[in-house]
Amino acid sequence: MVSDAAPAVAVDGLVMRYGEKVAVDELSLTVERGTITAVLGPNGAGKTTTLETCEGYRRPQRGTVRVLGLDPVADRADLLPRIGVMLQGSGAWSGVRAMEMLRHVARLHAHPMDVDLLAERLGLGECGRTPYRRLSGGQQQRLGLAMALVGRPEIVFVDEPTAGMDPQSRRTTWELLGELRDAGVTVVLTTHYMDEAERLADRIHIIDHGRLIASGSPVQLTRGGTVATIRLVVSRPFPAGAPDSLRAALGEAIEVTLLDEVSLLVTGPADASTLAKVSGWCEAQGVLPESLTLGQRTLEDVFLELTGRELQP
Amino acid sequence: MSATDWTPRPGGAPWLSQVRAQASMEARLMLRNGEQLLLAVVIPVIVLVGAVKGADRVDLDLTGRAIDVFTPGVLALAVMSTAFTSLAIATGFERRYGVIKRLGSSPLPRSGLLAGKVGALVAVEALQVVVISVAALAMGWEPAGGPGAVAGVLLAVVLGTAAFAALGLFLAGSLRAEATLAAANLVYLLLMAGGAVVLPASAYGSFGEVVRWLPSGALGGAMRDALVDGVVAPVALLTLLGWAVVGTVLTARTFKWE
Repeated sequence: MVSDAAPAVAVDGLVMRYGEKVAVDELSLTVERGTITAVLGPNGAGKTTTLETCEGYRRPQRGTVRVLGLDPVADRADLLPRIGVMLQGSGAWSGVRAMEMLRHVARLHAHPMDVDLLAERLGLGECGRTPYRRLSGGQQQRLGLAMALVGRPEIVFVDEPTAGMDPQSRRTTWELLGELRDAGVTVVLTTHYMDEAERLADRIHIIDHGRLIASGSPVQLTRGGTVATIRLVVSRPFPAGAPDSLRAALGEAIEVTLLDEVSLLVTGPADASTLAKVSGWCEAQGVLPESLTLGQRTLEDVFLELTGRELQP
Repeated sequence: MSATDWTPRPGGAPWLSQVRAQASMEARLMLRNGEQLLLAVVIPVIVLVGAVKGADRVDLDLTGRAIDVFTPGVLALAVMSTAFTSLAIATGFERRYGVIKRLGSSPLPRSGLLAGKVGALVAVEALQVVVISVAALAMGWEPAGGPGAVAGVLLAVVLGTAAFAALGLFLAGSLRAEATLAAANLVYLLLMAGGAVVLPASAYGSFGEVVRWLPSGALGGAMRDALVDGVVAPVALLTLLGWAVVGTVLTARTFKWE
């Protein structure tokens, strides 16, 4: 069967526009089965639009989208029972009780999970009889996740799953998504939290302005443990040509990125000698370091380097 | 806590089970809502009692006993309240709250969603017919019998539901939820007062020639012909069919699920 050999998700050359605005611009990415794959990017990057195209809500304006080898629009009836979808916000009648809603969605499936066990797992036990409109934001999120999982899907698409959750619920949700992956379920999530992507995902696609700007495992993207960063902030603007002179002082294996006029990022093997060279350069240039911080390169740094902007506003 | 078994085992329930689940869910939600219940049974019964008592005092020139003339009209009013007003409001808010979008990614197909809505309407209408009939019988209602009456009532309810439901969905699909709520209630009140649904078209004088072609006048007329005279009313039923076609075409052209 073709669909069993196909990747979980294959997006190829997808273009989506809303009027003049280009939401997704020639995006191509693949999600392998049995992985947790994060689509990471700032708000408005085109994450939700991409996801909704995979879920069959939107027809690709250009390019193709395949989920489990199926066309989400043309093969909708075959695909829908096999996927679970957690939308961003709402998606229930205002007067429906939490458990009533979950039971209803369960009844639409052939082999649903035990709703009571699922509810207990997601901490929905106490609010089972509460009308949807009276649930807290976090409870609505957890109910949304339960509705996505109750039909025992092969793939779950979760859009910003932990937005509005308290730290405890966030950890529970991460744990649960990990269990899903271990059971063979493919998890595709969008997030603008880099810690979520870094801790959870096997593979990360970073998108910005509707384009894929980087892909890889968290380790690949942050280039493993050997690479670290030194962030140098000075009290007065750097003299002209500072990055070049520092690069010359440090040698070839090390990258120097000017972040703004008073701060720069040194990326490379972080050892005592690099640190000594940086402070030596400061002395030679007559600049006064305000702070010199040493750290592992994070996804935040990766995003910053690729786009020149912060991931979270 | 014991480990949860997440092993995939996807699949949709059989179409009929999905429709049954959807219909019972929607019917329960409709009856849970206080305003909806008021609209569905309380107002029709009050209208019935009020009309019968009022007819004793004012001379309405009715062609029969007041209870016999008004009960078919009140049954028509009940069908209108559910198939038009309740359906439009419920669907408007489903779009607003993303319920239709959410169900759009479940195994329930559009056909199942629509069938579920029809099922919910039928269930609520059955309840309304029982409550109103019991009240009317207690007040001395003597409906016509025979195959003409049965066929006439069934055809009137089916075509009336189709016409009003199509128009209600058109309203819900083209306006915002709050505007749908206001418009659906306003249209209901206007048709109840001036649409020849409870009062026969003949009671409106020369204006009656106009209102009998409204869906409300046609449904009321068909119900009265069936339950007062025991006959099928072809012109009124064809009028309802016409409205059902118009409503369906309008809805199909304009309705957006989200």
